[in-house]
Amino acid sequence: MLSMLPVATEVAPAMAAAGFWQENAWLLVAAPLVSAGILLLLGRSADRWGHWLGLLASTLTFVVGAGILVDLLGSPAGERVREVDLFSWISTSELDLVAGLRLDPLSLTFVLLVTFVGSLIHLYSVAYMENDPARRRFFAYLNLFVASMLLLVLADSYLLLFVGWEGVGLASYLLIGFWNHVPAYATAAKKAFVMNRVADVGMIIALGLMFSTFGGLDFTTVLAGSADASEGKLTAIGLMLLLAACGKSAQFPLQAWLGDAMAGPTPVSALIHAATMVTAGVYLIVRSGPVFDGAPTALLVVAIVGAITLLFGAIVGCAKDDIKKTLAASTMSQIGYMMLAAGLGPIGYAFAIFHLLTHGFFKAGMFLGAGSVMHGMNDQVDMRRFGGLSRYMKITWLTFGAGWLAILGIPPFSGFWSKDKIIESAFVGEGWQPWVFGTVALLGAGITAFYMSRLFFMTFHGKQRWTSEAEGTGPDQHPHESPILMTLPMIVLAVGSVALGGVLAIGDGFVTWLEPVTGHVEHHAPVIPVPVIMAATIVLVLLGAFLAWRQYAASTVPVVAPRGSLLTRAARRDLYQDDVNEGLVMRPGQYLTRSLVFGDATLVDGAFSGLGRTSSGLGRALRGLQNGFVRSYAAMMALGIVVIAVVVLAVQG
Amino acid sequence: MEVGNYLYLAMILFAIGATTVMLRRSAIIAFMGVELMLNAANLAFVTFARIHGDLSGQVIAFFVMVVAAAEVVVGLAIIVAIFRTRKSASVDDVNLLKG
Repeated sequence: MLSMLPVATEVAPAMAAAGFWQENAWLLVAAPLVSAGILLLLGRSADRWGHWLGLLASTLTFVVGAGILVDLLGSPAGERVREVDLFSWISTSELDLVAGLRLDPLSLTFVLLVTFVGSLIHLYSVAYMENDPARRRFFAYLNLFVASMLLLVLADSYLLLFVGWEGVGLASYLLIGFWNHVPAYATAAKKAFVMNRVADVGMIIALGLMFSTFGGLDFTTVLAGSADASEGKLTAIGLMLLLAACGKSAQFPLQAWLGDAMAGPTPVSALIHAATMVTAGVYLIVRSGPVFDGAPTALLVVAIVGAITLLFGAIVGCAKDDIKKTLAASTMSQIGYMMLAAGLGPIGYAFAIFHLLTHGFFKAGMFLGAGSVMHGMNDQVDMRRFGGLSRYMKITWLTFGAGWLAILGIPPFSGFWSKDKIIESAFVGEGWQPWVFGTVALLGAGITAFYMSRLFFMTFHGKQRWTSEAEGTGPDQHPHESPILMTLPMIVLAVGSVALGGVLAIGDGFVTWLEPVTGHVEHHAPVIPVPVIMAATIVLVLLGAFLAWRQYAASTVPVVAPRGSLLTRAARRDLYQDDVNEGLVMRPGQYLTRSLVFGDATLVDGAFSGLGRTSSGLGRALRGLQNGFVRSYAAMMALGIVVIAVVVLAVQG
Repeated sequence: MEVGNYLYLAMILFAIGATTVMLRRSAIIAFMGVELMLNAANLAFVTFARIHGDLSGQVIAFFVMVVAAAEVVVGLAIIVAIFRTRKSASVDDVNLLKG
């Protein structure tokens, strides 16, 4: 973005055009939404050109986003936070809420990430989904996602953000279960949806707390009011926001859905479950910075959650053999880094977003690479059945390699600039925190190097372990490079993986750019000298990569996973996350519903149907008296008169 | 003659009439039972009028006779109508009101 600065200064004098982009900012949400609507409503008649409309809508949002960026860069730093009011949304005596867009460096960063990577992935999907009969529907959902995600990041109030928040959840659900004729995929979609609902409870409670504390839900009111609010309330709001973020960003303890979410088509995994949607939690935390500034406890919990997830994802990533699930575990771990950075407070906010940006590029690139590998290998995902692909898929190999070096944090690739800053910041502070967080971040870098190198070597290097008809292990494999529509986005993302971090780090450009939102922070010295941290990181990373090379490139990889140690077996099962959820939540929940159903059937229903049975039994008994014989009626009348006479006489007597 | 004997007679006549209504199937006979009960009541009224020495009991007896005459007209008409449709004068055949 800094590279655009010269352009911006040239444009700046022509302020007449400056308002143009800002006035049309609503197009960012409207264009993909309308496109999604058209694609869904027109049905099969749009099958032939639907994907191009989707791509066009996505590209249009990128153009608008870039226009606003140029506009913002052209104005001084103090005027870079702008509110665009759209319409009066909720107007009551208690709450007066205007639906509007907030254009500032943070939201713009997201807009450009989402629209740029999103457009590339739209392009990739045109080829990737070519043979899928439901390609038009796929693009409709992708557009719906882009619209919701942009609404999420552009909203100027928590309530409008929540609308986008739910929108991306819906799009994620629809796309994970895109091939819902496979029951396991449909279940995975449901799992993601349900776990996100748990997190949404946190969001709703946070909204309620904000309304009761600040009397408003827009960012201006809430963030400005945070300075005066009590710490207890801010802590409560912060923790609820964290719960929301944990669900959306697959952080501990709501992380279990992300691995299964890989059931969706690979472009979806790249866009939603790696680059953009899952980072929404980080956005929420950074956006709510002032709230967390007043709640150190909540901030500490954010950092702890990030640290746990960081290690959790990294350990799981080491044991998975499914290429997409390894990448998913890696995503979880990298978002853990971002959460950790966000949990460090103002010194970490900018680095969290910086890592989010670079991660968006290199992880999306690697996912697209994985998709390209699957495309060439009959949708095979087991890495033990890959090997030696570098010769057959040169472009995929090279672009994936760029992403791999970036995530490892090898200078000067993108990841180095962002991840090293997070590790450095983790070492800043007093007491036990810098030592624990710093060590975790450092260890995480080593483990990341190991599992990403493992993935890279198992897939592209070593001996060919492909399935073959002759051995009866699967279809014969004829790996081939993917078409240009797929390799082009990969190449662009690879360029980003190589250079983006370095370009944005020049003169702390990106951090300065975010300052209107995250605030200016004086430099703090870590507890260990910076060169030592950097050296330690590099050593650990190289060590991890070397171990992976020795085990997965230099020696033979067994095609059937060996039994492995206790830790390996646990990691293969995602450290028993599903078992824990099942034991702690699912089974007790089932027992609870079962006992409620039983209670309902016996007590409530029993009481009412008993009442019914009694009256109908009484009716049946009385019906016998109405036998239709006049003589018995007469007898009854006589009997009645006798009874009355006896009673009268008895009373009188 | 003891005036009380008239009351015993009225009771006996009423009992006979009531028993007839309850036991006999034929509509005509049952109807006769009803008439018997009415006249037993008339007899009791007249007897009480005699005992108390005022005329209101006799007046009531006249009323009962008038009402009974009217009732006979309606009742016989109903019995004839039933007989025409069902070819039977048995009250047990008319049991459509069975619950």
